Amino acid sequence: MNREAVIAVNRFGLGATPGELAAANHDPRGWLAAQASKPAPDYPALAGLAPSSEAVKEFPRWLMKVRQARADAKAMQESGQPVPRGVEENFRDHFLPIMVKEVGARLAVAATTPVPFQERLVWFWANHFTVSAEKPVIFAVVGTFEREAIRPNVGGRFVDMLLASSKHPAMILYLDNNLSVKPGTKPSPIAERLNLPRATGLNENLAREILELHTLGVNGGYTQGDVTTFARVLTGWTVGRPLVNPGFTFIAARHDAGPRTILGKTYAQEGMAQGEAVLRDLAAHPSTATHVATKLARHFIADDPPPAAVERIARAFRDSGGDLSTVHAALLECPEAWETPLAKLKSPIDYVVSCLRGLPAARQAEPGALFLALREMGQRPYFAPSPQGWPDTAQAWAGADALWKRIEWSGILAARAGSGIDPLELAREGYGDAVSEATRLAIARAESRQQGLALWLASPEFQRR
Amino acid sequence: MATRRDALQALGGLIAVAGLPGLALAAAPGTERRLVFVFLRGGLDGLSAVPAYGDPDFSSKRGALAIDAPGTTGGALKLDGTFGLNPLLVEMHKLYEVNELAVLHAVASPYRERSHFDAQNLLENGTAKPFGREAGWLNVALAETAGASGLALGSNVPLVLRGPATVSSWSPSVLPAPDPDLLERLAQLYRDDPLLAKPFAAAREAQGLMEGQEGRRGMGGGPQAAVALAKAAGTFLAKRDGPRVATIDFGGWDTHANQIGEYSPLTRNLRLLDRGVVTLKSALGPAWKQTAVLIVTEFGRTVAINGSRGTDHGTAGVALVAGGVVRGGRVIADWPGLSDRALHESRDLRPTLDLRAVFKAALAAQLGLGEAALETKVFPDSRGVKPLAGLFA
Repeated sequence: MNREAVIAVNRFGLGATPGELAAANHDPRGWLAAQASKPAPDYPALAGLAPSSEAVKEFPRWLMKVRQARADAKAMQESGQPVPRGVEENFRDHFLPIMVKEVGARLAVAATTPVPFQERLVWFWANHFTVSAEKPVIFAVVGTFEREAIRPNVGGRFVDMLLASSKHPAMILYLDNNLSVKPGTKPSPIAERLNLPRATGLNENLAREILELHTLGVNGGYTQGDVTTFARVLTGWTVGRPLVNPGFTFIAARHDAGPRTILGKTYAQEGMAQGEAVLRDLAAHPSTATHVATKLARHFIADDPPPAAVERIARAFRDSGGDLSTVHAALLECPEAWETPLAKLKSPIDYVVSCLRGLPAARQAEPGALFLALREMGQRPYFAPSPQGWPDTAQAWAGADALWKRIEWSGILAARAGSGIDPLELAREGYGDAVSEATRLAIARAESRQQGLALWLASPEFQRR
Repeated sequence: MATRRDALQALGGLIAVAGLPGLALAAAPGTERRLVFVFLRGGLDGLSAVPAYGDPDFSSKRGALAIDAPGTTGGALKLDGTFGLNPLLVEMHKLYEVNELAVLHAVASPYRERSHFDAQNLLENGTAKPFGREAGWLNVALAETAGASGLALGSNVPLVLRGPATVSSWSPSVLPAPDPDLLERLAQLYRDDPLLAKPFAAAREAQGLMEGQEGRRGMGGGPQAAVALAKAAGTFLAKRDGPRVATIDFGGWDTHANQIGEYSPLTRNLRLLDRGVVTLKSALGPAWKQTAVLIVTEFGRTVAINGSRGTDHGTAGVALVAGGVVRGGRVIADWPGLSDRALHESRDLRPTLDLRAVFKAALAAQLGLGEAALETKVFPDSRGVKPLAGLFA
């Protein structure tokens, strides 16, 4: 197997399914390029999941349930009966099944997709535009973000992805833009009555993170003044009342209208068009090209991105007006990408998915069990710790305990796969000549096929992509 | 019958023979003093944790977020004539009353922008700029100290504890323990791996120390984990042959909206922090007397309430220093005031104390580091920042 095939399947893809390395072997770059240009497959696993317009209703539904539960509890207490469980457990009961279903569907897609490079790009961009269930109000909505804002645009233009992200209910709610309004706004009577969050002025959260994380980058040349002004521009970008008018909406009455100057340019547009114009300019800004190129090179080439590769990708971004197909093709053309196999340590999700791809028997695992395994390894699905998303360097994932949890999990998988798998064959099928002599020997000398399999899944090679 | 602990110890011998880098958790740690670093990620609102109720501009600037003076319903817990503690920090207040908690206000790292991620990176790497180096100051300090070792509570190691010194990490697990024979074989496989050899050896030592102590039960995710991790930290640090430095990451402090009320994240977090500290204290047992706990955050938040009952990214904030070695019971603040003119860039609390002065004092007191190492190696180019005098006994 040639080295480039090992890189294509493991680093650009999601880990080899049986036969995949052989299929990629004759033309690894062509194998990847073909995936990037194909339309996304119709994944049956994603078909039954709720859209955001439905998912945003879950939080108010839960609130109603809580109110009912409290009323019931009060009645029971008064009649001397035992009182039911607390609010927090009630929350988990309501939302955890939704999340586990989302996680299960996402992992099922990743475990079997015939276009793993395309799927990894979806992951990359979803992490670039992170939304996190750390905020309970979007617990049921986080899964919809990737399907609605990222997947349709991953072969399209960056600006469209940026616009879709900035208008998605999950992003609006995650970064509080529903609570950012023209200064001096009177709180709505409904919010007052129901004791809901009240908005009476600016909230900088979304504006800052769009500038810092989604577009220009922290050193991209904006000031605190630009952040505040951009927050003004984005007032009115909100979500409708979930049960009445779910989804993104622009409310002119909350918008702080008037010409605004950002990065030295004055925007005189009215209403939502002003924010859209700013986002278009941010998408086309050279700092954005460099920021995005650096992250792509870090994800696909090395923790310390080679400057030549960054420049090649950034140039493709600038020259194509942020056409992502062109940008992704430039990534494949970087010679630096093809030099060193196993240059990246797998993140927990990389690790789990590559196990599922290599071992079809493991795909029977309950989604809840996979959710737990990922949590134990330090990457609880949909719970990125901050808007910056999951880290993308080996040092962030190589903690002693995180490694220990991977070893524990490899033992479970090996026990489940039984003796039907030949671990040496599996290693060769996934990593070809990149399997070291020491690893080959260790597997050959294992006391059983099961132990040999655990050794391979925990081996230094299989921890990398 | 040999226990798993025995097996691990026997394997430990093999590791040493094979020349694997050891953590030396089990060696004499060289000091009885302990240091716990608690990082509140997201930017704790210092004026909520420690309201300056006595400042004439406090209530007008804070609006709905202002906490009333001590003695009123829902009022602050009194610290002195100017400052109080958030009424949710009941246990912390008890520590203050027995002089085991010092409250530092208007403190900040040298960072003056408002990105969480740059601010956290700078605070952890110990230089005066984001991404100034790849190691963290707590690790570099350990590398300068004979015998003491470090442990991160959680699966991964935060930047502050990454670097040349081998450190471990630990969190409880819901997964079944690996077969000892598999571990021995893996030790051989990882032996020459530049990335995995050290964490693997360190994980085995940490697991060995915890053997039989904790049920194999996960702690769940999210902020609730902080209390479980505080307990584990205390258990590790209390051991005679355990680590002397521990870190706990506690996220979720980026409170842009809805900071008050029963279900606000800040309310939940302050309660967890309060419980976490008292849990740590009780798990430490007598070792609490030898311990310093640094509770810090990357930056404070805006002085004024924002448009959604929250606060946006700011500059100076608070640090809390607890433990038996602390000369507490006082607020340490060169208070800049909250008037318009006093604010940093017309919006933030102005920093008057460099957090590195607090860190230096802690490292000097707890790890015995000298000023030369502190100002050149641990915090490069920080000669102008002297260790805060008199903070520790």
